[in-house]
Amino acid sequence: MSATTSVLAPTRVRPRDIVGQGLVGLRSKRLRTLLTAVGITIGIAAMISVVGISSSSRADLLAQLDTLGTNLLQVQPGQSIFGDSSELPLSAPAMIRRIDPVESASATRTVDDATVRRNDLIPAEESGGISVLATETNLLDTLDGTLADGVFLNPATGAYPSVVLGSVAAERLGITSLNGDPLVFIGGRWFKVIGILDPVPLAPDIDRSVMVGYDVAKSLFGIDDAPSTVRVRTDPDYTESVWSVLAETANPENPNEVEVTRPSDALEAKAQADKTLTALLLGLGSVALLVGGVGIANVMVISVLERRAEIGVRRALGATRRHIRMQFLVESMLLAGLGGTIGVALGAAITAIYANARDWTFAIPQTALLGGVAASLLVGALAGLYPAARASRLAPAEAVRAE
Amino acid sequence: MRRLLRRRGRPEPSSTRPQPDGPRRIVPVLQLRDAVKEYPGAPPVRALDGVSLDVVSGEMVAVVGPSGSGKSTLLHMIGALDRPSTGIVRVAGSDLSRLSDPQLSALRARRIGFVFQRFHLLSGLTAEDNVATGLVYRGVPSGERRERATRALEQVGLAKRATHRPTELSGGEQQRVAIARAIVGGPAIVLADEPTGNLDSATGGEILDVFGALHAGGTTIVLITHDASVAAHAPRVIALRDGRVAHDSRRDGAAPAGQVALSGAGTGPGGTL
Repeated sequence: MSATTSVLAPTRVRPRDIVGQGLVGLRSKRLRTLLTAVGITIGIAAMISVVGISSSSRADLLAQLDTLGTNLLQVQPGQSIFGDSSELPLSAPAMIRRIDPVESASATRTVDDATVRRNDLIPAEESGGISVLATETNLLDTLDGTLADGVFLNPATGAYPSVVLGSVAAERLGITSLNGDPLVFIGGRWFKVIGILDPVPLAPDIDRSVMVGYDVAKSLFGIDDAPSTVRVRTDPDYTESVWSVLAETANPENPNEVEVTRPSDALEAKAQADKTLTALLLGLGSVALLVGGVGIANVMVISVLERRAEIGVRRALGATRRHIRMQFLVESMLLAGLGGTIGVALGAAITAIYANARDWTFAIPQTALLGGVAASLLVGALAGLYPAARASRLAPAEAVRAE
Repeated sequence: MRRLLRRRGRPEPSSTRPQPDGPRRIVPVLQLRDAVKEYPGAPPVRALDGVSLDVVSGEMVAVVGPSGSGKSTLLHMIGALDRPSTGIVRVAGSDLSRLSDPQLSALRARRIGFVFQRFHLLSGLTAEDNVATGLVYRGVPSGERRERATRALEQVGLAKRATHRPTELSGGEQQRVAIARAIVGGPAIVLADEPTGNLDSATGGEILDVFGALHAGGTTIVLITHDASVAAHAPRVIALRDGRVAHDSRRDGAAPAGQVALSGAGTGPGGTL
């Protein structure tokens, strides 16, 4: 009896052999295998490169944020409860500086009536979108900005008609260096250009401004001291707590008329905004993946029809229905997995090339790489279900007679 | 001739153990009692109509008959590829109608070797790997499979072609590979379905010589053919007609050549067989 049970004990196939069978199946039809895998390859490559490019770009933005710091806050007058524009009190900068974790604070005041021109022959209306700011002399420190040329205002130059140009403003005025001691015409007076700033990513409005000293602005253009913006650099560990008291400190009487923002949030928002596009492109990638999966299912069905004799032989050699089903399922998964792996490599290569061209650091989340292969295997498994079931349902007696 | 109990290579644990009961010599490897196979249809087709026969270990039997005589159906029964509608088919001691599909698979894997008319080798594999496929469904590790495949190829005189693919082999060589695949697991029965049908007569003769040598070595062989001259190579001939045993040379004594020829003349209705 024991001999009988042993003869009829379930047969088994080593997992390695099932994978081996699948590989043989794919190898014996190389061209078909490659063409079938192309659909999956395109889908996965599209998804990986979308994820890779957007995460590289995000990594780049975040790296920028890291160097710029998220501890710069900006205080501006908001609106009163009646909807009128309000002003910051004269004392605001001094009060803010008294907050302990504030490392520096500098006020600027927009000079509304003044325009800046290259010379007095250009009509006053053509301001070129450049505004004139009266600034405190520590502005550059607070912004952590750098100079492309020359020097920034100091208490001495700030008292005379000298001016520092923001990067965009300099470009619009056609002044790229201090060679030849350039002058500009501001509000009916000639100012000597003493410095040109590099771009300041956290203060794009500075890029589009020219800066003069408070004293000069007061004497020439008759502005008062009330600041239009106070920029605050805090100890990075206390940014949030400084933020929470800034409004009350700047304007104790009407704290609700003060608007406090963090310029780096705008950059972060930009990083987030990319995600929408990413999701859309990922959607397109998954459509390609779906189409690839349908292609695989189609080819596997044909393969099952063509290989009825093989199925018959395998059944005759002792394969169970389950073994046949596994064989075709694994073959389908290998086929899709092959396409997926090539797709991951291709997507990574596209990302690398793109990131390199943009001077970004190459960044693809590891989960995307693994996920790409996993997704293709899943598609392969789903695509293989029906063909594998068909293969396993073939009656062995019929299959062995197939041509 | 206890072929059933003699296994090549590393035997499976309990199959080597001598069966505890009775004298061996007369226990049949194959036993059919009033086996009937009916295929549904209107009217139903009765492909086997009460077949009874025994094949004992070490025998070489040819089953002959014209198209439609039930040869193929008989092959499916004794190859455990299908179960009878009624009656009993015992293969290596197991009653097929009591076996589940996985059990039938297990029986085929361990006790039956198939040789097909069209060889049915896997084109992507070398001769040796094709032979080794005969052991895949027994979970034999690949190293041992290879060893046993090499020996099986030696047995059919094809050792030097081990690394060739089927497309690089002649028809006769391919059929030898297929025979090696059938015997690599040391089956209780080797079933050959028109093994010479796709070969010229000289090559066919060589293949029959291979079967003859295997028989001489103790292998039980059932040869299914429509060709009386092929059947003549077997010591015992069973002639089928219309799903019944028309003649069995063991039962009825040696048949006159004419009677076998009559069975092989193809007078039955044309079928797929």
